[in-house]
Amino acid sequence: MAVPTIESPRSGRVAPGYTRTNSSRGNFEMIAWLFMRLSGAILVVLIFVHLWTSLIAGDGISGVDFGFVAGKWADPVWQIWDLTMLWLAMLHGTNGVRVIINDYAEKNSTRMWLKGVLYASTVVIVILGTLVIFTFDPCPVIDGVAHVAEYCPTS
Amino acid sequence: MSKTLTPAGTLYRGREGQWSWVAHRITGVVIFFFLLVHVLDTSLVRVSPEAYDAVIASYKNPIMGLGELGLVAAIVFHAFNGLRVIAVDFWKQGPRYHRQMLWGVVGLWAITMIAFSIRHLSHVFGG
Repeated sequence: MAVPTIESPRSGRVAPGYTRTNSSRGNFEMIAWLFMRLSGAILVVLIFVHLWTSLIAGDGISGVDFGFVAGKWADPVWQIWDLTMLWLAMLHGTNGVRVIINDYAEKNSTRMWLKGVLYASTVVIVILGTLVIFTFDPCPVIDGVAHVAEYCPTS
Repeated sequence: MSKTLTPAGTLYRGREGQWSWVAHRITGVVIFFFLLVHVLDTSLVRVSPEAYDAVIASYKNPIMGLGELGLVAAIVFHAFNGLRVIAVDFWKQGPRYHRQMLWGVVGLWAITMIAFSIRHLSHVFGG
């Protein structure tokens, strides 16, 4: 008599009757869950270095001014650093607030409005921040007046 | 009068697991709203050096200095506790040691904040 074998429930093959997500939503929540952990681990490194350079090294917060930002963004490494931090932190934070809205806003219309405002803010902030990093000019000429700094050309 | 039934303790409710979850949410929301403002004020570098310096100068006072301390406290807790959450989820022994790891998080957070406070407050109050 053959011994009946029972398939491991974790083999990845789930009978259609037992799937817990409808197909239209796919694996979105699982991807979001995974993203929070991956981006979180990366953000710990990105943000701790960011805090070190702006609050601990040198004169700390007293040393932060336009020249400090200009000095940093003269280096493409810091541009990419800040760009990555901007995108990961905004997506990580937006997903966190999305989960909180889903938890506490019980009316469908309230949830929809809160998430609409959230997503609109996220898009504005991410696009604004990205444009600022890439169009930054350390020696701007405003209304014909050139910015004076030791790193700017004098002519 | 019937005796009021209070919920008995569980493995989660009212204990380290739930309180760390509450703290993680609150610090997360605080950091998110700061981040929105932080991108907006930094964007002033694109308006003019004077506009950026004016806003940053308005941050350089003891009240904002203490605010920065609170912000860093929130970030450091969220970071360390987030790593603990990752350990609980992905490390085989994580769920068994989640409470010990929380006290590790709190201890590391306290050490980090003492060191940071000394450095930051000397910048804020040292002129």
